Amino acid sequence: MSATTYGWLVLAFPLAGTVVISLLYRRLPGRTAGWIGTAAIGLSFLASVGALLALLDHPHEERQLVSSLYDYASTAGVDGQLSILIDPLSVFMMLVVSGVSALIHLYSVSYLASDRGYSRFFAYLNFFVFSMLLLVEAGNFLMLIVGWAFVGAASYLLISFWYRRTTATGAGIKAFVINVIGDVGLVLGTYFIFKHVGTLDFLATFERVPDEFSTNQGDLVAGCVLLLVGAFAKSAQIPLHTWLPDAMEGPTPVSALIHAATMVTAGVYLIARMHPLFEQAPAAADVGAVVGCLTLIVAATIGLAATDLKRVIAYSTMSQIGYMIMGVSAGAYAAGLFHLMTHAFFKALLFMAAGSLIGAMAGVQSLDRMSGFRRAMPFTFGCFVIGGLALAGVPPFSGFFSKDEILLLVGERGGWHWILYVVGYIGAFLTAVYTFRMIFRAFLGEPVDEARELEQGHVHHADVPRNPANDEEEDTDVGFPGPEHHIAERAGEMRGAMAVLAVGAVVAGVLQVPGTTHVIESFLEPTFAESRLFEAETSTGLTVLGLVLGTVLGLGGIAVAYRLWVQRPDAPARIRERLSAPYRLFANKWYFDELYDAAIVRPGAALGRFAQETFERVFVDRALIGGATGIVRAGSSAVRSAQTGFLRYYAALLLLGLTGLALYFLLVS
Amino acid sequence: MAIGWYLAVSAFIFCIGAAGVVTRRNPLVVLLCLELMLNAGNLALIAFSRMHGTGDGQIFALIVMVVAACEVTIGLGLIVALYRRRLPIDVDELSELRG
Repeated sequence: MSATTYGWLVLAFPLAGTVVISLLYRRLPGRTAGWIGTAAIGLSFLASVGALLALLDHPHEERQLVSSLYDYASTAGVDGQLSILIDPLSVFMMLVVSGVSALIHLYSVSYLASDRGYSRFFAYLNFFVFSMLLLVEAGNFLMLIVGWAFVGAASYLLISFWYRRTTATGAGIKAFVINVIGDVGLVLGTYFIFKHVGTLDFLATFERVPDEFSTNQGDLVAGCVLLLVGAFAKSAQIPLHTWLPDAMEGPTPVSALIHAATMVTAGVYLIARMHPLFEQAPAAADVGAVVGCLTLIVAATIGLAATDLKRVIAYSTMSQIGYMIMGVSAGAYAAGLFHLMTHAFFKALLFMAAGSLIGAMAGVQSLDRMSGFRRAMPFTFGCFVIGGLALAGVPPFSGFFSKDEILLLVGERGGWHWILYVVGYIGAFLTAVYTFRMIFRAFLGEPVDEARELEQGHVHHADVPRNPANDEEEDTDVGFPGPEHHIAERAGEMRGAMAVLAVGAVVAGVLQVPGTTHVIESFLEPTFAESRLFEAETSTGLTVLGLVLGTVLGLGGIAVAYRLWVQRPDAPARIRERLSAPYRLFANKWYFDELYDAAIVRPGAALGRFAQETFERVFVDRALIGGATGIVRAGSSAVRSAQTGFLRYYAALLLLGLTGLALYFLLVS
Repeated sequence: MAIGWYLAVSAFIFCIGAAGVVTRRNPLVVLLCLELMLNAGNLALIAFSRMHGTGDGQIFALIVMVVAACEVTIGLGLIVALYRRRLPIDVDELSELRG
């Protein structure tokens, strides 16, 4: 089979899974729906591998294959085709997305086993993966926009999966609204580019861009900045990031899926895919690099102060995506995508371990309530540490190589990129601190009651299940998280998925060891063949400096965390008191939510109230509707006196009229 | 023969009918007077038809007769309904449509 056939199969399996599960959900007994969903994504991953092998058979220059099913719209200069583009970049993304998603599905088979919405969950999950695969395989802007919007819709469905929680539905709406802002940016950006190149097809567009646009031409910069708006909204970059921490309301596998494989990586992919545009508009690319850098440091500082286990990981995602956006915007395409892959492994692993831990805590997510789970959950602890070491960038774990390569290439750009380089390393240090703060607080120290209960062989159950976000009591029988909690130590599927990811998080770094291997870079080379920034020369001095600096900062961060949260447990409180102003800033997430509330939400609500209470009541009801009825009423009261109700009076009028008419015609003639 | 006489008779009958419709209060008589007016019209139509030597007027007259038959049916039906519901048989009393 050809690579494109495999490409279509990659899309077909998750779609089929969605359809089958959603049509048969009443008849699927037990965990069947979960296994169907997992099998669909697993087959999709196998098809991705098939696409990879088929693509590798092609010579280097012919590794960009387009396949079109049919012309969707072909009118007035628009050439919307149902086409996919199979090239190294899309195959790379397909492998990451379907591979990690398959493991997350496997994990969910156990994790959600007692939930009432089990089949619904897998139908949504398959749809989510399908949307993301559509996004990365799209061969033109039209398909990209469709996939982009599908991902937003699927994320809404999954974030508000426990729809009886008002906090969950609110978070879903927030994510959807912010994503729609991104969709609008993407569509408008496409318009600016389409206006000049006259085609929606990616390859044709990229071919024409150097001829159609001069460097930094206004329309191109505008188009690219609008594309960046789309990327920022999907990838949770400042200022469109506020939905991501709230998205933690979804079930933990959903968080893993959003953060590792699908959704937030879409922005990184978009910038990498559009690299010919961004290289022609360096001003827009600089915007991306600066915003990525800003996000990575802001998110890292918030991660230091957050107390919700899942939110700490969420902010670490924001921060890591900041590295990737900064990397691909600054021309470090292979490094950014490499980090995307390693991040997918260790972030999915961290979320799965967190899910297991939350299961042991019977739904409680606050770090303040956790302590000493090390002995009770050795497997989860091991996975958490592996994921944490990879996230903190400690050699030889995968995150070390990918993060340092981004920073190395950013540093090589010189000039003001040095600021990004330095901030990146500060962020790396903070990452190590907050990651191990989380691990030390949850696993070391005196075991809490839940941990002791587990050590005696019993998973804790809350007396009254409560929503961790607002402490509302909830009914576990009707769509809330199910009554039973599942932990990795007791569920083979969860352990299997986590073990595979743990191996990936440890060894994936060997694909790109500086100066030794460059598997990903040489594989992606055909996609970036025309790029000026790809495969930039790196000096040995800076490489060595980066490796040393990365190691020292990673280990130093862990040491600081150990000293603060293990050796001297009273130290954090004192630091909090002494640095109360920055602490409040970080703990309140830099007041972004409050800012948006004051600047957008409240004026919007006030405008809505004005429209309803004043405009509608006074202008529409009284002036427009009241005026129209008033005119009719006045007119009718003027003529109603003619209606006497006397038949003979009407007859006489009729006669008089007729006579008048007859006389008139007689006189005229 | 001059057409004038026929038209004069027609006009005379029409005026009788019209006066009856306007002045009488019994619906039955109003209906009779309406018939007078219609037949006066028919007479004029036939006279003109004769004058022009074509059949058009006669066909008009036939159609008027059909309409008149329908009208009488409905009118009489209304009057019967009035009797049945013991309403006053007086068109001046039946003035609920006053504006």
